[in-house]
Amino acid sequence: MLRDHLALPGTKKGCNQGACGACTVLVDGERMLSCLALAVQFDGRSITTIEGLSRDGSLHPLQRAFIDHDGFQCGYCTPGQICSAVGMLQEIERGCPSHVTGDLSQERIALTRDELRERMSGNLCRCGAYNGIVDAITSFQEGVE
Amino acid sequence: MNPFTYVRAPNVGEALLQGARASARYLGGGTNLVDLMRETLEHPAELIDVTGLSTAITEHADGGLLIGAAARNTAVAEHRAVRTRYPMLSRAILAGASAQIRNMATVGGNLLQRTRCTYFYDHVGSRCNKRHPGQGCDAIEGFNRNHAILGASSACVATHPSDLCVALAALDARVHLSSTRGERTVEFTDLHRLPGDRPDVDTTLACGELITAVEVPALPFGRRSTYRKVRDRSSYAFALVSVAAALELEGGTVKDVRLALGGVAHKPWRAGTLEASLKGRPASEELFVAAAEEELEEAQPLRHNGFKVELAKRTLVAVLMELAGDLP
Repeated sequence: MLRDHLALPGTKKGCNQGACGACTVLVDGERMLSCLALAVQFDGRSITTIEGLSRDGSLHPLQRAFIDHDGFQCGYCTPGQICSAVGMLQEIERGCPSHVTGDLSQERIALTRDELRERMSGNLCRCGAYNGIVDAITSFQEGVE
Repeated sequence: MNPFTYVRAPNVGEALLQGARASARYLGGGTNLVDLMRETLEHPAELIDVTGLSTAITEHADGGLLIGAAARNTAVAEHRAVRTRYPMLSRAILAGASAQIRNMATVGGNLLQRTRCTYFYDHVGSRCNKRHPGQGCDAIEGFNRNHAILGASSACVATHPSDLCVALAALDARVHLSSTRGERTVEFTDLHRLPGDRPDVDTTLACGELITAVEVPALPFGRRSTYRKVRDRSSYAFALVSVAAALELEGGTVKDVRLALGGVAHKPWRAGTLEASLKGRPASEELFVAAAEEELEEAQPLRHNGFKVELAKRTLVAVLMELAGDLP
């Protein structure tokens, strides 16, 4: 649907079974896997793909950070990584805990390296650019703050 | 994929009317059902989208919770009352799948997800009694490292994949069901079945019956609870063994305890033997070890999963020690 009918090829089909995260898009700002989503279920919802993150031909600052920090090699997982990171940062913003959060009662959760890695674990990178990905997201987040 | 129709149910009554056909399936977040359809393991003629039904998480005056079946996993895990009163429930959800999947998956769908046994999925090359009753099971003599050690049968050794369900089994949850014949409530531990000679039947739900809510009763000592999951990688993997536990101590004695195991059986395994042998006894590592041994006595490991027996015991003891804090 996204790639062939709407001509938005940024979103990638990876595993096609919900295991790799390459197809991650934002649904009303929340990250989801488009490969497990029937389009009809999302009638009336706002879907943001990687194409929707750049503005007037200039890259989203997180896209720029991925370039600056070597956050990819082949680039196939990158649109999913970036959409996922945008959703993830909103989850952090509203205090959503993760598997590695020590104290579940705390309202503000700091995005430590462990928190970031756990929260991004649904996005695989077969090139192994993980360190660059973590650096890119960290530097973007520090810039926002 | 086979052709199918889709309808979005505006209310429970409409969902039940549409869902009464044997060829219909209720659709939640789709994180398991859509995959099963793509793999041709499920081929519903009608999909009834029930994500428009109740997503409410209601706090009862006595401290219990009622969770609408359409509530997303993330919404439950991050809910303030769940995080503070039932940390095991938050932790179990957060230990499962990925954030993207938790954002999509509903509570009702989580309960009804199917096993990830690779022989069940391999419809081209493997025999499976869950897929085709009477066909045989290639997992029993196959690579069965991930399979069941408790409650399995000669027909099926699959495990239940959910983390959330392990916590709900420990918490004495109840499942609210609706059908065209009326409403009923079942104990969570009676929702899923052991395989016996009908491994194709995962639950005790009747045809067309719909999960509308999950009720978690008040458990004051639920604040001292946790969920620990042991898996092959530290994130985004199914459990080899997991433990949901809540412990109440009074003067060093076990006043009350709730324990359930995941990754070891066809259903979330409520560790009743263990609970009984802990209650009223002075808490100590020796007691925990002895009780865990007792719970796992009936374990029947397969060729490749013998390690799970020891792993289950050690995880039980480690979690109990963590919850007990500093023991004398």
